[in-house]
Amino acid sequence: MTHLDGNALAGVLAEVFAVDLTDARARCTGCGNVGRLAEAMLYTGAPGLVARCAGCDQVLATVVDSGDRLWLSLTGLSAIELRR
Amino acid sequence: MTQGALTDPATGGAEARLARPQRRAAWHVARVTEVRPETASAVRLVLDVPTWPGNDAGAHLDVRLTAPDGYQATRSYSVASAGDGTQVVLAVDEVPDGEVSPFLVHDLRPGDQLELHGPLGAFFVWRPGRDTRPVQLIAGGSGVVPLYAMASLHGAASDPTAFRLLYSVRTPQDVFFADELASLSGAATHDGSTLGLDLVWTRRAPDSSPDAVGRLTRQTLAARTIPAADRPLVYVCGPTGFVEAIAGWLQEAGHDAADIRTERFGGTP
Amino acid sequence: MSFITRGFSGHRREPDPQLPPGQTLVHDWPVLSAGPTPRVDTATWELVIRDETGADHRWDWDGLLALGVEDVTVDIHCVTHWSKLGMEWRGVSVDKLFEDVESEHEFVMAHSYGGDTTNVPLEDLLDGKAWIAVEADGEPLTPEHGGPARLLVPHLYFWKSAKWVRGLVMMPDDEPGFWEQNGYHLHGDPWREERYW
Repeated sequence: MTHLDGNALAGVLAEVFAVDLTDARARCTGCGNVGRLAEAMLYTGAPGLVARCAGCDQVLATVVDSGDRLWLSLTGLSAIELRR
Repeated sequence: MTQGALTDPATGGAEARLARPQRRAAWHVARVTEVRPETASAVRLVLDVPTWPGNDAGAHLDVRLTAPDGYQATRSYSVASAGDGTQVVLAVDEVPDGEVSPFLVHDLRPGDQLELHGPLGAFFVWRPGRDTRPVQLIAGGSGVVPLYAMASLHGAASDPTAFRLLYSVRTPQDVFFADELASLSGAATHDGSTLGLDLVWTRRAPDSSPDAVGRLTRQTLAARTIPAADRPLVYVCGPTGFVEAIAGWLQEAGHDAADIRTERFGGTP
Repeated sequence: MSFITRGFSGHRREPDPQLPPGQTLVHDWPVLSAGPTPRVDTATWELVIRDETGADHRWDWDGLLALGVEDVTVDIHCVTHWSKLGMEWRGVSVDKLFEDVESEHEFVMAHSYGGDTTNVPLEDLLDGKAWIAVEADGEPLTPEHGGPARLLVPHLYFWKSAKWVRGLVMMPDDEPGFWEQNGYHLHGDPWREERYW
């Protein structure tokens, strides 16, 4: 199973955040790389969505969607830059 | 990263705050106004979305279908149209054994209603007047859809940026937006800019074509795209394997990774 | 604001009493993956059980197979709503691995090559309920399906059957693994539809 780009997270994240988080830069807690979430590798063929750092494979974010509930984890990101 | 990048709360960031956000994503009800064949396996859907805020060229949206028993299926599609306006154009390629695309391709009729969530994605977009660097678009198959939106907006805005599209496609019957692309590449805008269009035929070429048929190679990519020395912004869209190969070759040819924007598709049928 | 889309039904979802609630029968074997597929050579593969004393019980590939490989025919149920019935597996019973392991702890964290984790109560792994599987459908397990060896716990949702298994670490309390931290159920019994928190 191959991966998509973090771009594909835009829909689900737009349900949670007022700004487009995929266009925000964020820091990977694994390797320290700062990049846009849109550039992460997104694995969609799993029980949830898994975004991994393109540099070190570390899990940056996960999304689990049960239909009526959504679980969002951003534990692989130490900081997210939001432009006003 | 640096202290200087932080906004001082005392002075505020009011000037910066004005810039954002323009087109917030929301759920919309769309009415199908037109369904017509786009290629041998794809249709073009023209939708009327009264609440649509407009979209950047390259943005995508989610289509949500609901069955009578409450079952829902959601899929992402790139938007082929761009700019202000409440007409939204999609081009949907049928994924064999898929759950959503066969419905959209075969069963959707004018007058039907669909739920849309969008516009989505502020990264894989091109905005006119932002950057004077040349733009190289590289498409594999139906990956041309968001790139067509960029080329089309570039043409409509008479933007002076140099634009080139390299389009890898199976046969002449599989070309999306064939007439529109031909006209964009043929007609010079008032300032002389046109779309440079290069087609690579992977299965069968038109009878008139002198080009060899086959997969896009590293050599063809180098010969028929804007060279790295000109620092183009490169947008690549297509199936995962295609994007993977192209992005790798581009970097080996000297393009900076930060100048290459990719959008892979695949996954859920 | 959702409304029914005219003419849309989606793929068939008929209830089947043979299947747990909300499941649909498949005949192929879908591949799920949350990351790059680890390629693990049986020449360097090993399985470790770590107990509370810190003592490691280790098996290399030949050592695992020497414990005795048995035939297992079971149904599997993936939390993404597909089930596959009467699947033929071959593997080593987890009971064999625990024969010489002394532990007071009642919970296990299964670790995979590639970094994935999933938690399982020890009682769900013993008494003929779980295996270290090395073959499925008459073929060695491919890397895409978790080969060379994966945990097989067929009475729980299939994410508990950790692909590329490399270690079982005893825990005093039930701690969540990767998916369990991110929304999925701590236990995962398909017949009780324990999908999410």
